[in-house]
Amino acid sequence: MKVTLRIQRYNPERDSEPYFQEFELEAGDDKERILDLLHQAKWKYDGTLTFRRSCAHGVCGSDAVKINGRNRLACSTLLKDVNYSKPIVLEPIPSLPIIKDLVVDMTDFYKKYEAVKPYLITKTSPPEHERLQQNEDAERLFESAKCILCACCTTSCPSSWSDPNYIGPAALVKAYRFVFDTRDEGADERLDIIDTPDGIWRCHTIFNCVEACPKEINVTWHISQLKKRLAEREM
Amino acid sequence: MIKHQFDVIIVGAGGAGLRAALEIPEGFSCAVISKVFPTRSHTGAAQGGIGAALGNEEEDSWEWHMFDTVKGSDYLGDQDAIEIMCQDAIRAIIELEHMGVPFSRTPDGKIAQRRFGGHTKPENLSDPDSKRIAVRRSCYSADRTGHVMLRTLYENCLKQKVNFFPEFFVTDLIMSGKSCAGVVAIDIATSEVHVFHAKAVMLATGGYGRVYRITSNAHVGTGDGFAFVYNNGLPLEDMEFVQFHPTGLWKLGILISEAARGEGGILLNNKGERFMERYAPTVKDLAPRDMVSRAMLTEIREGRGFKGSDGTFYVQLDVSHLPKEVIDDKIPEITGFARTYLGVEPTKEPIPVQPTCHYAMGGIPTTADAEVTRDKKNTKVPGLYAAGEAACVSVHGANRLGTNSLLDLIVFGRRGGKAIAKFIKDTEFAPLPDDAAEKTISVADRIMNSRGKEKVGALRTELQEKMMDKVGIFRNEKDLKEMTSEIKSLRERYKEVAIDDKGKIFNTDLIEAIELGNLLDTAEPIIHGALTRRESRGAHSREDFPKRDDKNWLKHTLIYKSERNRAPKVDFKPVSITRFQPKERKY
Repeated sequence: MKVTLRIQRYNPERDSEPYFQEFELEAGDDKERILDLLHQAKWKYDGTLTFRRSCAHGVCGSDAVKINGRNRLACSTLLKDVNYSKPIVLEPIPSLPIIKDLVVDMTDFYKKYEAVKPYLITKTSPPEHERLQQNEDAERLFESAKCILCACCTTSCPSSWSDPNYIGPAALVKAYRFVFDTRDEGADERLDIIDTPDGIWRCHTIFNCVEACPKEINVTWHISQLKKRLAEREM
Repeated sequence: MIKHQFDVIIVGAGGAGLRAALEIPEGFSCAVISKVFPTRSHTGAAQGGIGAALGNEEEDSWEWHMFDTVKGSDYLGDQDAIEIMCQDAIRAIIELEHMGVPFSRTPDGKIAQRRFGGHTKPENLSDPDSKRIAVRRSCYSADRTGHVMLRTLYENCLKQKVNFFPEFFVTDLIMSGKSCAGVVAIDIATSEVHVFHAKAVMLATGGYGRVYRITSNAHVGTGDGFAFVYNNGLPLEDMEFVQFHPTGLWKLGILISEAARGEGGILLNNKGERFMERYAPTVKDLAPRDMVSRAMLTEIREGRGFKGSDGTFYVQLDVSHLPKEVIDDKIPEITGFARTYLGVEPTKEPIPVQPTCHYAMGGIPTTADAEVTRDKKNTKVPGLYAAGEAACVSVHGANRLGTNSLLDLIVFGRRGGKAIAKFIKDTEFAPLPDDAAEKTISVADRIMNSRGKEKVGALRTELQEKMMDKVGIFRNEKDLKEMTSEIKSLRERYKEVAIDDKGKIFNTDLIEAIELGNLLDTAEPIIHGALTRRESRGAHSREDFPKRDDKNWLKHTLIYKSERNRAPKVDFKPVSITRFQPKERKY
């Protein structure tokens, strides 16, 4: 069956601005991944088409792309998940500088992630064996620990679009993962970091992040738990 | 060309590379170079767990773990190294937990463990020779163990302010006489060539799955580290031992973790029979991977498989009988894959699976301190180290048990890091040759300016299909001999490869072309190892030599590249046998 990809192209060495290019491709069935079609376009027709990818099954987070207006992973979006009777529009995830075609500069995104001190902070020395943790406490972290740093959430957030200093949903999910880890002793440090106008309070519960997350993390819920914790801290 | 100088260079930011980086002390400079952003490394795709005899769910012992690993390796693993790994495992996992890994927990708050293929204990604890049954040795975090491990290691590197060069593609080692003096890399963002002068280099570059058509490996698995070593006159060890994981999603090769079987999932043929009962009566579906893959192919060959819409065959993995909480809490990712990619609902229907190229048991020969060696006497190459899947210590011998790779990464990544830390204290930089970057620049120029007719994608697909066909699970002399000429011809045609992208910015066309060279270089020792080894052992199965032959073949293969298109040179080195004399491998 024939499908058409309409891809935003941009090569800073040649182009003054982005433009769209269409590729007419052959798909075996509607279970083909958008990534498979991108590969077909690149390997068969135009080797200059540039995009990031690695695992091809939704765990590494490399291939976040805007597909028909929604941020998704190219490798976990199948043809049957989109309307392929019309050209499928592929654009880079929004609001980050475009390096080339679908590749964006993730520097700012990573910087914000690092800003929340995303590592276990402990002051007391560990026991000889593993630190004990109740399974419910461990499981409370699983959803936020699932995050693959794909940036679908942060780049789908209107607060992020309008305020380049907003720390963003992904960084806040990371903050949750440590603030609510019963083994961590750095909660206050992190809460101080996010308790700023450009920190957590820029979240206006728009919920685009929840829609966008390919790992189905309820991002807004996690942010709300942090807001609650901050409010409790005030009192 | 830009020059840097660091005491230590680590190539690859997966589990082994990151764990090594954490051992480099302050006061010494270290850079970790990775062709992808570190958290994209393939360690993150590992699902099932990491093995250690913690004994949190039932009694266990590192000696049983060692025995299982030795037997799992079909007695080709070096027992001195395996002993180190299994003994250190307990400390290593506890250290991971202290670093912050969010493990699943037992009711009393300890790290949870589950059953996994090939991991056993004696049924009668006081009789080590009694029948072996499955033991809960795999420490896990849902079915995302690799992901949380990789993230935790990366986060600890952030804490320690480790220096990274992400999206730099290393293309070659720099040898200075007999020592390693650094690496050459291309900055993917600009195509600029960088020379990294170092006292010590560690290769932690992962596997070569993309040599085969059906693989669980990410696109980055192009055998880069193997190619560097091979092309610099150093040998590769045991390359013929390629692990095909039994349960890849049909047609896609996406990994469905052994954990599914560890939690009680079973394999069925088209008669609805749990066929592993016949092939491994004691542990059944939790037999080592090479045995399960062969069993599946045999069932298919004998007409008891299912035929897919594309003409390829599969068997079924059934987890529908497991309780919902097990499916939701213990194996959510893999059930997600079945739903997403095949539209199969695992709580109700069986999942179509087929063997997928998964792991390289062989690789760059090293000591138990990750020091690369160059011959059968284990002469070290000063300044060169290797750890993780790229290395062959050998702890996995002819077949790797599940959960032992994540363990391998942190045990030998750490030992390598410590060995490097010691080495750099008393060593000067080896002189940097003036032409260090020459080969890289000439290969890149040749590809960029080529007017040849060969295309990267098509040539690569041909290699992958031929390897799948002729150097797969069941091998024979005729196919292997044919493949030795095929690979020669593919490598000749590679010289005529041309690319579309002539730009400098993020030129992935160029990167993929160079990676194809690495795939072709890596395929050659795999083929020749398979042709040389005239026996069947572990994952290497010769239809013309179906038995294991300890008398003639209880040894490691070493393969060296030859000049001018001649057949590679083969040598052998002994296996370290300490506690366990080789016996027949039955489960």
